[in-house]
Amino acid sequence: MYAVVAAVDWHLIKDRIFSPDHAFAQALLRTVLIAVLAQVFGVLLGLASALFQMSRWRVLRVISYVYVLAVRGTPLIVQIFFMYYGANLFLGFDLFPRTVNLGLLSIDGVVVAGTVALAVNEGAYMSEIIRAGIGAIDRGQMEAAKSVGMTYGLAMRRIVLPQAARVIVPPLGNEFNGMIKNTSLLAFIGVYELFLDAEQGYSVTFKPVEYFIAVAFWYLVLTTVWGLIQVQIERKLGASDRPEDESWALRLFGIPSPAKGAR
Amino acid sequence: MSDTIVKAEQVDKYFGRQRVLCGVSLEVEKKEVVCIIGPSGSGKTTFLRCINHLERIDGGRIEVNGHLIGYRPGKNGGLVEDSERNIALQRTEIGFVFQRFNLWPHKTALQNIIEAPMRVRKVPEQEAVAQGEALLARVGLADKRNAYPGKLSGGQQQRVAIARALAMKPALMLFDEPTSALDPEMIGEVLEVMKELASDGMTMVVVSHEMGFAREAADRMVMMDDGVVVEEAPPAEFFLAPREERTRQFLSKIL
Repeated sequence: MYAVVAAVDWHLIKDRIFSPDHAFAQALLRTVLIAVLAQVFGVLLGLASALFQMSRWRVLRVISYVYVLAVRGTPLIVQIFFMYYGANLFLGFDLFPRTVNLGLLSIDGVVVAGTVALAVNEGAYMSEIIRAGIGAIDRGQMEAAKSVGMTYGLAMRRIVLPQAARVIVPPLGNEFNGMIKNTSLLAFIGVYELFLDAEQGYSVTFKPVEYFIAVAFWYLVLTTVWGLIQVQIERKLGASDRPEDESWALRLFGIPSPAKGAR
Repeated sequence: MSDTIVKAEQVDKYFGRQRVLCGVSLEVEKKEVVCIIGPSGSGKTTFLRCINHLERIDGGRIEVNGHLIGYRPGKNGGLVEDSERNIALQRTEIGFVFQRFNLWPHKTALQNIIEAPMRVRKVPEQEAVAQGEALLARVGLADKRNAYPGKLSGGQQQRVAIARALAMKPALMLFDEPTSALDPEMIGEVLEVMKELASDGMTMVVVSHEMGFAREAADRMVMMDDGVVVEEAPPAEFFLAPREERTRQFLSKIL
């Protein structure tokens, strides 16, 4: 046992954590950007899908249903591989060219494909979360909005969605937490993000323990920072009906407070 | 324009196969206060909701202030449902007060009141706020301007809800059992506001079992049962000498 521990190069771990190199910094930035973009588009897709599901037109409901069924019923890694290796062939044109030029910025096609795959996957889960969130709002809220002359869209935007947001944000936070970690799957199609950076370091040095502990630490940093941000967002959304402030630790670690059930 | 505010003709309504309104007709004149009573399941609330098209109707027609509500003439002579925008526009003329208030909990009392004037009528904020504050004062809640609904009593919430409906300057106010969800000690304050509204000349249709209010403020009583209007009469006559057996039976139960 002692021998195993002694074999760990603590110095290397310390270096990987406290003095990251340039490639690592790039990978970290890429991980964060991909996670944020995929989550944003995932929420938008999910919102569209949820509204489709509540539509009075059957076609839209069927589209949404099939989308959610297909995405939730297949592994994310398969979706990522399909999006990168299969989508262009399947569609017969280049949905994801080798490089995507956006004026000054040019992005690797693989990053775009990976981000899209994560967003499409996320959209299906967000669809269910948003639908449940909207469903949790009393019908009378929409009726009251209509009774003063609001259209469905305006009532959704001003009255229903802001209230549903409060129900949606906690599970959305969990989703983003998962998203940060799921970006690591993009290593398998060659996106240079945190995990691929670690894997390459390991393959050169044959020091899996050091590299993977260090990368795990960085994922933990990202998810913890997000947890703190989430607390602030939830606090802001709940301002109208939370009489006393709960401690950030309580909210972060999700220990239910007795006061919350009162509403 | 005539002085008829509500003109409902032969309104039919089904919930699935069950017929809940069977040819209901009702006219309400300007400044008139009409009180609808009847046993539960008689269709009175459904009828009220049809007047601002919260429920679709399956037959007949309803006009408010000369506008056909919820429908427009179709190509083949029948009626088709109107566009969402037009229906929304028609509803701006009709205030609705719900049994369970339905205030928006994420907005303060004042925000509840100014939301529709600002977003629907595009009234400038300053003007909307001034008007909102005047309305809050009118329902006796000037000091609750910044209170969220969750911090208000039931009676206070309902008064804010009335102010919210009035903020659109409607030609007609509909009340769906406005005091049924209230604790007894709060009923009076809401009825007081409604009585003042009636004496200010607001046209009102009220579904309620508050007989005190009906006697004092109503110009006409309407008794509904099984989806039809059983009897209509001025309150004095209605309470003292109801013509119909069903009315007599119902009154004997609630008085």
